Amino acid sequence: MKSPKKPIRKQVQLKGIPAAPGIVIGKAYIFGTEELHAPERNISFEEVPVEIARFKRALLETRKEITKVEEKISREMGVEHGRIFSAHLLVLEDPVLVEEVITHLKKKKKNIEFIFVRILDKYVDVLSEAKDEYLRDRISDIMDVGRRILRNLLGAENRGMEDLTEKSVVIAYDLSPSDTAMMHKGRVIGFATDIGGRTSHTAIMAKSLEIPAVVGLENVTDIIRHGDMVILDGTHGMVIVNPTKRFIEKYEKEKKRYEHIEKGLFGLKSLSSETIDGHHVILAGNIELPEDVASVIAHGAEGIGLYRTEYFYMNRRDLPSEEEQFNAYKSVAMRVKPHHVIIRTLDIGGDKFLSHLEMPKEMNPFMGWRAIRFCLASPVIFKAQLRAILRASAFGKLKLMYPMISGISEFRQANALLEDVKCDLRRKGIPFNNDIEVGAMIEVPSAAMTSDIIAKEADFFSIGTNDLIQYALAVDRVNEKIAYLYEPTHPAVLSLIKMVIDNGHKEKIPVGLCGEMAGDIALVIILLGLGLDEFSASPIAIPEIKQVVRSVKYSVAKVIAEKSLQMQTGEEVRQFAKARLREMVPELADDELSSGV
Amino acid sequence: MMAIVEKKITIRNETGLHARPAALFVRIANKFESAITIAKDDQTVNGKSIMGILMLAAEKGARISIIADGNDAEKAVDELSEILSQDIESNELGQVK
Repeated sequence: MKSPKKPIRKQVQLKGIPAAPGIVIGKAYIFGTEELHAPERNISFEEVPVEIARFKRALLETRKEITKVEEKISREMGVEHGRIFSAHLLVLEDPVLVEEVITHLKKKKKNIEFIFVRILDKYVDVLSEAKDEYLRDRISDIMDVGRRILRNLLGAENRGMEDLTEKSVVIAYDLSPSDTAMMHKGRVIGFATDIGGRTSHTAIMAKSLEIPAVVGLENVTDIIRHGDMVILDGTHGMVIVNPTKRFIEKYEKEKKRYEHIEKGLFGLKSLSSETIDGHHVILAGNIELPEDVASVIAHGAEGIGLYRTEYFYMNRRDLPSEEEQFNAYKSVAMRVKPHHVIIRTLDIGGDKFLSHLEMPKEMNPFMGWRAIRFCLASPVIFKAQLRAILRASAFGKLKLMYPMISGISEFRQANALLEDVKCDLRRKGIPFNNDIEVGAMIEVPSAAMTSDIIAKEADFFSIGTNDLIQYALAVDRVNEKIAYLYEPTHPAVLSLIKMVIDNGHKEKIPVGLCGEMAGDIALVIILLGLGLDEFSASPIAIPEIKQVVRSVKYSVAKVIAEKSLQMQTGEEVRQFAKARLREMVPELADDELSSGV
Repeated sequence: MMAIVEKKITIRNETGLHARPAALFVRIANKFESAITIAKDDQTVNGKSIMGILMLAAEKGARISIIADGNDAEKAVDELSEILSQDIESNELGQVK
């Protein structure tokens, strides 16, 4: 039993794992999946055959139920989804499981429900200890079948999504495949769960049902109450409980924008990202998982400008093996070829943490022991990643980028470790690209200001604006109270960006930008005019950026950028940029948000 | 003809035996009259039991033995080892990657 929920009226934002994209706003419906629980009772020797008969009957009834669901799902969603249930039948009819239950029944002389739950618990316990995510995900299959059998034994009614009467955002600890499959299209507008990863059935079903979903929120069922208003952003993995009016408005706009892009801008996919006067820039996508490559390609991006690798290290107890990383990097490299993929080495710390490493609590984590600082101090972890990246570099156009470089020394230290790894691979005759390009992420003001020095040794720069802005303006980007100070258009930020681009170009290396700012539509013209070579943003932002690029002249963008640099406040620049966007790309100016989400 | 046939193989497919091919393996195993056992290290499980196979947690590269005992032992071992030697990308447990 969970403790009673605390009443909340304040807005709460929860971050989980994005499972299926899209934004919905609606009332929460708390869906309880009962724990497997059965009353305990002693039985006599004579009752044993009676209990066995009850068990067999329950198995038969369950078989009928599952077959029915399987047919329904295969018909409505396709055979591949129906297969989940034929795997359920295998669990149901498992000879070892059935025999074990009967043997225990005879030995312990307890009622069948009790015995059954105990045996099933034993299997679930073993699987929940498994290192492999796939195996852990199987627990929900087994629980699903177990719950059905138990319901049939206890004669309890099948409670499913059927009792949903109005459009709701379903909130649950976990959703079994049967629960998800029975969701009424139209009534369930989105869902959020405590557990589950990107590869869990729940996430996969959500994607194919096209219902926005966030999983792995850990405590969403404790926080949300029945009937609470929630915003669910399945694209970014956010759930906002009791949102303020401002937030609802912001997300309604974002929702419109999202739908607009999905519908209208797909036509731009095969067109080149060049200005009216023929200046080409690379529009690349940011990804977190190999699966995200599909979206990058679908939105017409030219490669990947930021492949975040933290996902490997989070939500698990062990370290990812070199092999696991190699396979992922290789598959991404091969699919994105001939375009490039910029892999950012581990950027842990700050707002992210490794679940298996005891990272000390810090007063000021964004300025603490993180990213390249952590990697240089943990050469075993760092080298395993470098080896994986180098080995994968034989299969496509991979580039390597170090995060949070604050000066040339760190860049050199990281490169020295890279050289060690290269030597080792060479000695063992393992193929890799010896000329792999190595770049620095420029997100610390000191690196921006010494970018002339770093440019002499780096093969490219990528400006990480999220952190650059917060460090340059001394604004904690997760603190709501000072959010108004977080201004991408602040003159200090613009001149740092200009400095980095100019210093890069002096040494003839390309300069990209991979923060949220790249997807901030009003600012595209300015960044373009500053001479940026590559924009890397979340894939859904690509079509809009492309439309802006294709609607302007590079010569005009340069003038606009020059004017922006003369201005005194961020607000002035923002208004100026918006006005220019309205003139040049009126169709996008209407749904332009004042700042990215 | 009664016989006990054993064959040692290495799991080839990326996700291991516990993943996608497990369900297929169990289905095929159940077609045969012979008793089917899978052994890994010192652990043995019933090859007709999905739960047993999941408990085995045999990952890529694991060495396992398939042992069949019965009239159709030879054929059973041949067919079952065939499943595990290929890199099966079918979707037998419903997992879509």
